[in-house]
Amino acid sequence: MIEWLSSNADTVAYYFAWHTVLAVSPLVLGLAISIPLGWLARRHRSLYPPMIGVTGLLYTIPSLALFVALPVILGTKILDPINVVVALTIYTVALLVRTVADGLAAVPDDVIQAATAMGYRPLRRLLQVELPVAVPTIGAGMRVAAVSNVSLVSVAALIGTTQLGLLFTDGFSRNFMAPLIVGIVLCVLLALILDAIIMGLVRVLTPWQRAAREQQRATGAVVGSPKNGLRRLPEVGRAS
Amino acid sequence: MSFTRAILAALTVGVLALAGCGSGNDPLREDTEQQNTSESGDSIIVGSANFPEAVLLGEIYAAALEAHDVDVQRKLNIGAREAYIKALEDGSIDLVPEYTGVLLQYFDKEATAAKPDEVYAALQEAVPDEFMVLEKSSAEDKDAVVVTRETAEKYDLKTIADLAPHAKDLVLGGPPEWKTRPTGVPGLKEVYGAEFKSFIPLDVAGPVTVAALKGGRVDAANLFTTQSAIEQNDFVVLEDPKLLFTAQNVVPLISKDKASETVVDTLNGISAKLDTPTLRDLVARVEVDKEDPATVAKDWLTENGLA
Amino acid sequence: MISELVAWLTDPAHWSGPEGIPQRLLEHLGYSLLALAIAALIGIPLGMYIGHTGRGTFLVAGLANALRALPTLGLLILVTLPLISRLPGNLGFLVPSIAVLVVLAVPPILTSTYAGVQGVDLAAKDAAYGMGMTGQEVLTKVEAPCALPLVFSGLRSAMLQIVATATIAAYVGLGGFGRYVLDGLAVRDYSQMLAGAVLVAALAVVVEVVLAGAQRLTVPRGLAVGARESRSR
Repeated sequence: MIEWLSSNADTVAYYFAWHTVLAVSPLVLGLAISIPLGWLARRHRSLYPPMIGVTGLLYTIPSLALFVALPVILGTKILDPINVVVALTIYTVALLVRTVADGLAAVPDDVIQAATAMGYRPLRRLLQVELPVAVPTIGAGMRVAAVSNVSLVSVAALIGTTQLGLLFTDGFSRNFMAPLIVGIVLCVLLALILDAIIMGLVRVLTPWQRAAREQQRATGAVVGSPKNGLRRLPEVGRAS
Repeated sequence: MSFTRAILAALTVGVLALAGCGSGNDPLREDTEQQNTSESGDSIIVGSANFPEAVLLGEIYAAALEAHDVDVQRKLNIGAREAYIKALEDGSIDLVPEYTGVLLQYFDKEATAAKPDEVYAALQEAVPDEFMVLEKSSAEDKDAVVVTRETAEKYDLKTIADLAPHAKDLVLGGPPEWKTRPTGVPGLKEVYGAEFKSFIPLDVAGPVTVAALKGGRVDAANLFTTQSAIEQNDFVVLEDPKLLFTAQNVVPLISKDKASETVVDTLNGISAKLDTPTLRDLVARVEVDKEDPATVAKDWLTENGLA
Repeated sequence: MISELVAWLTDPAHWSGPEGIPQRLLEHLGYSLLALAIAALIGIPLGMYIGHTGRGTFLVAGLANALRALPTLGLLILVTLPLISRLPGNLGFLVPSIAVLVVLAVPPILTSTYAGVQGVDLAAKDAAYGMGMTGQEVLTKVEAPCALPLVFSGLRSAMLQIVATATIAAYVGLGGFGRYVLDGLAVRDYSQMLAGAVLVAALAVVVEVVLAGAQRLTVPRGLAVGARESRSR
């Protein structure tokens, strides 16, 4: 396997680079779209249910179906990587709109009032107060999206898009484990790296949260406060 | 250690790609630009079908052309003929390794030629004006209907004609495109009167097909005559007395505006050296020894002074 | 393209035989429900046990996180390759794919069952013990009913993964709607591919809506108010 990897390092690196781009760009785009949408859903409560409903239904569509259907809708060719980016952006938005809306909703009222009293106008208040306070929640959503994007990108190998998934199909068509295992290891590695980067960013952006974080880590990744019966599941993310 | 180095290389490229993404130097865009600029000069995009031998042949063409200073881009492993001919038509690829008989039938459904030279002559006529086929090689790789030794003995099968009377009890497996291809299910029915109980779409003579045949999910399946899996599993290749699967010499199919002298000479040089045993050996190195098609291609080209 | 799609979908030839839409639907639903049932048989009791006893919580977070990072296509191929020619007949194609579907479906079911049981109001549990219930009775009469809505939402998340991954499993030889996508791709028959995509999307959405509806029915009357607010995923 190591022998195979060293003789194919160039190809593997090329696929890895593409995989990274295809997994990361929907994340950035998705966040950029979700912030205004989530803000809207938070601002106008009546928009929340339909927005969550529609994005939720889009989220249920299997990735392979989206990869295939998008070229018809976008007028692209099936091999265009843009289809993958758009499909994954849709999933990312579906995940993040709710995270952003809920994150903003969780900003304590007194914080908002204090900011308003200090003379913050709504936009500045959103950017400098509400969003930063919502960062941990949004970050958690981003981590789920990032990790599932890495798996989703590899599905696009079935329609021939260049990325690590091609190592899977190559391994399969030749009944050959080496590329398959290298591909899986690199996918997991990429997922862990992205996860760590997002965690690091959240940490940098929320210096005031250090103490709370310690506590959170101690209690593990399990569901919120049981006291009000309003229990939410940890997001699972979709993998295919 | 090479493993760490490869991982490091991969990581570096990944980070660079990310950085490039941030600075507006989008790799997505870069790629399409490359495709657009490759119209001029000796540049060529090599495509191939989605099975190991086709990828190997694509690599052989690509590496040889590179050795002659042609600017080569690879888009190998695309799919079935129905897919990559469309890619050839819309300019996504310029050159693809092909097989004379099936290609002739693709362009001319009525074609009757069966012997190598007849097929090749008819093919030259049948190819649309924008494309041309270069010299054919003597290397042949035919589609075949294959059964297990057990099935062959049970029904006393030697040829596809022997299969026809039992076909209604048997399940046929093959690549999805076999369902509609003249050399697939329709051809078996028309030429041999073999109507199978059902047809199950599998992969292109890959592990799914081999396993389906071995495990009895299908009773007869499509494999290629150059494949080592046939010998390894003691499969029986049914003879084809009515020549449904006509001569299948390896031949380059190319867009005319890409067929410069250098390109033509290089590819004809390859066809001159390639024969069936060589092809079988090279395919075995890819399929059985799991060697990289690019390495196998380069080795062979170097041995034969072609690159 | 849309008219070609409609033509494909309304062609009577595509509605019968081993490759017809009803047959492919049955296959897709069949694999999915089988995998869901097996995953539920593993995930629900395990989640209840961990939630009730508090033993093995590391499994919940650890398993879910670790599995999430695995690429599903790679996993399918990894499991299929060694098994495909070792199992007889159809089993070589069925067993690996179903196994992967189960593996993907267990974590959401396990996590949500655990969360449901673990999150039951302490006061309610104390009251139950106070009434003289045994640990097992508390689990079956208090914790399990209270956890039911969350268990169901875990089943929904699981089914979403399963239906999508079953589509991909067509690549390793499984039937179902994924066949249309891959068989269509092989011959660049876009209308067939698109029909497959539309069918599988419709199936996923219908399954989601049905399960969401069913989930409402599972909420014990006493919890109805809280659970309605809590809408899951």
